[in-house]
Amino acid sequence: MPELTYRDALNEALREEMERDENVFILGEDVGFYQGSYKVSRGLLSEFGAERVKDTPIAEEVIIGSAIGAAMGGLRPVAELMTVNFSLLAMDQIINHAAKIHYMFNGQIKVPLVIRTPQGSGKQLGAQHSQQFETYFVHCPGLIVIAPATPADAKGLLKTAIRDDNPIVFLENQNLYGMKGEVPGHDFTLPIGKATVFKEGQDVTLIAYSNSLYIAQQAASELNKKGISAEIIDLRTLQPLDMETILASVEKTHRVVIVSEAWKTGNIAAEIAMRIQEAGFDLLDAPIQRVTAKDVPMPYNKHLEQAALPHAADVVDTVMAMA
Amino acid sequence: MKLETQLTTTELLNLYQKMLLIREFEEKAAQMYTQGKISGFTHLYIGQEAVAVGAISAILDHDYVITAYREHGQALAKGCDPKEIMAELFGKATGVSGGRGGSMHLCDIEHRFMGGFAIVAGQLPLAVGLGLSITYKKENDVVLCLFGDGAVNEGAFHESLNLAKLWDLPVIFLCENNQYAMGTAVSRATSLTNIAQHACSYEIPSHRVNGMDVLAVRETVEHAVRYARAGHGPSLIEALTYRYRGHSMADPLKYRAAQEEEIWQERDPIPNLAQKLIEQNITTQQAMDQIQQEVTQILESAVAFAEESPEPPLDSLMTRIYEPFSNQNPAPPPKKSLLNPQ
Ligand SMILES: Cc1ncc(C[n+]2csc(CCOP(=O)(O)OP(=O)(O)O)c2C)c(N)n1
Ligand SMILES: [Mg+2]
Repeated sequence: MPELTYRDALNEALREEMERDENVFILGEDVGFYQGSYKVSRGLLSEFGAERVKDTPIAEEVIIGSAIGAAMGGLRPVAELMTVNFSLLAMDQIINHAAKIHYMFNGQIKVPLVIRTPQGSGKQLGAQHSQQFETYFVHCPGLIVIAPATPADAKGLLKTAIRDDNPIVFLENQNLYGMKGEVPGHDFTLPIGKATVFKEGQDVTLIAYSNSLYIAQQAASELNKKGISAEIIDLRTLQPLDMETILASVEKTHRVVIVSEAWKTGNIAAEIAMRIQEAGFDLLDAPIQRVTAKDVPMPYNKHLEQAALPHAADVVDTVMAMA
Repeated sequence: MKLETQLTTTELLNLYQKMLLIREFEEKAAQMYTQGKISGFTHLYIGQEAVAVGAISAILDHDYVITAYREHGQALAKGCDPKEIMAELFGKATGVSGGRGGSMHLCDIEHRFMGGFAIVAGQLPLAVGLGLSITYKKENDVVLCLFGDGAVNEGAFHESLNLAKLWDLPVIFLCENNQYAMGTAVSRATSLTNIAQHACSYEIPSHRVNGMDVLAVRETVEHAVRYARAGHGPSLIEALTYRYRGHSMADPLKYRAAQEEEIWQERDPIPNLAQKLIEQNITTQQAMDQIQQEVTQILESAVAFAEESPEPPLDSLMTRIYEPFSNQNPAPPPKKSLLNPQ
């Protein structure tokens, strides 16, 4: 299997889907001539032309709104928002329009739209460029939210997302674009709404997604040295949540720690914990724990920033403190 | 003043009939609202009929209309069934939006009526996207996008005009300047009160038209439609009009001068057209009476239909939030080329 970066895996997914279906096109700020601010759309302009790789003005509301309208008109747009921080300027279109149109009009109109956007922190980009907003998106029925952690998942899930008839927020991670991994070749797709057991274990379940998967992975190897076997679940899709996979793991380990780089308050960890409790309270041998970012606007200073973010050591400490 | 038009008597009577239908539909809706049959926000179109009827008569069935929440009249003008619109206001399963939308969210894809939207200016970016879908597929349709004077102050208006021109999309932006956004007069909210002039910032041609004159609106929109179909891109039209009723059924209308209202009442597009049609012997009083009877009948059966229709079943609540996920279907086959049709 070829090794690809997360970035190139996404690029391959876009290319393959654009080749497969002429209704698929991409639009966004600097996606064409500049090749994408994170180079995910590298080479696509010269391959597919300006009709299908559309540079837009810096106007997030109309980028997303026009993508929704194009989807209403029968196309399959993939809109890139340069980073998730700017999605807030498009929030009205995402929440009040993309997520509503299908239901509000009684299923008459489909909105097959993918909004790709990276989130992530830890690069000293300051308070306005170091955020994760999955909480905002998963709160809204009508949206699907995907957050792949590996190059293979990035490819397989993006391809599925482009073929899907729903509006999808596809959360990439700016810290993962350079990460390499094996990626299956042509026509590899992964199902929406399916988590995966990233690593099997017996004693505790670490639930993670996107970059927090690697925090969990590091924690698991340290826990292993202490004789604790951690199972890791990579959620991959955040809305809808795959409770089946989660509960199957809880049934085995009876202990859960949820790891997320988003702020603590309202973090999807709370939702997952609640659902585990609703469906499987008796499976638990200890209260569910979460390891998240601190509730603070991200400071620029490196030490302060690192102190605001969750680390493997926090996960290890949390697990060790569990009864 | 003589009616200057190439239209046939039948076409003129159709315009008149549509305007009258809208006026009386709205009066009926107000009555049903007062009786508690219709709830929620209900915004009447009374006074603005010439805009929707004139504009929509200038486009084809296959062209798109997308609009705001004051849209009963526009849906009627686009040919949606008055029965299904009334049923929607009643929240019934037979409504155009299955009772899920209500007064502000009429949608009828068969008539390419792409929805009423209730976030001021929210439909403008969508119109740009519909326009893009047309040029992308090399089709020849146009998008008629209606909005109020209040929408002009939203960023979405400016973003949309800019992008529509940048990509030369076939969108006709039609601003219904009814002088007020809720209780705020245009001059209290918009620094450049000549809304048509906003188009200059985007190199878009614009026209200001008397929105109380159905033929003037029609002609202006026809021009913009020809321009769009020829591939020249968007236009902005400002139709000067007035809503005779409150912003919504909940508005007691305390912020307008009686004198101002009288001036606009004299411009009422419906009796004015009727008078001209009779005075100039284009039609007879008898024909006009017959139109009135037809309209009354249409509305009676619309109300009866809405009354008798079933409520949407409770077990439909959680359905059609999502389309089935693609991984629950087989992968769609490759589409044949739309860009380079053989
Ligand atoms: C973004 C947004 N802000 C505020 C409102 C509340 N609101 C509903 S209608 C309206 C007035 C809009 O006036 P205009 O655009 O002139 O349309 P008209 O009602 O006159 O047809 C306001 C403020 C809203 N629906 N959306
Ligand atoms: Mg107004």
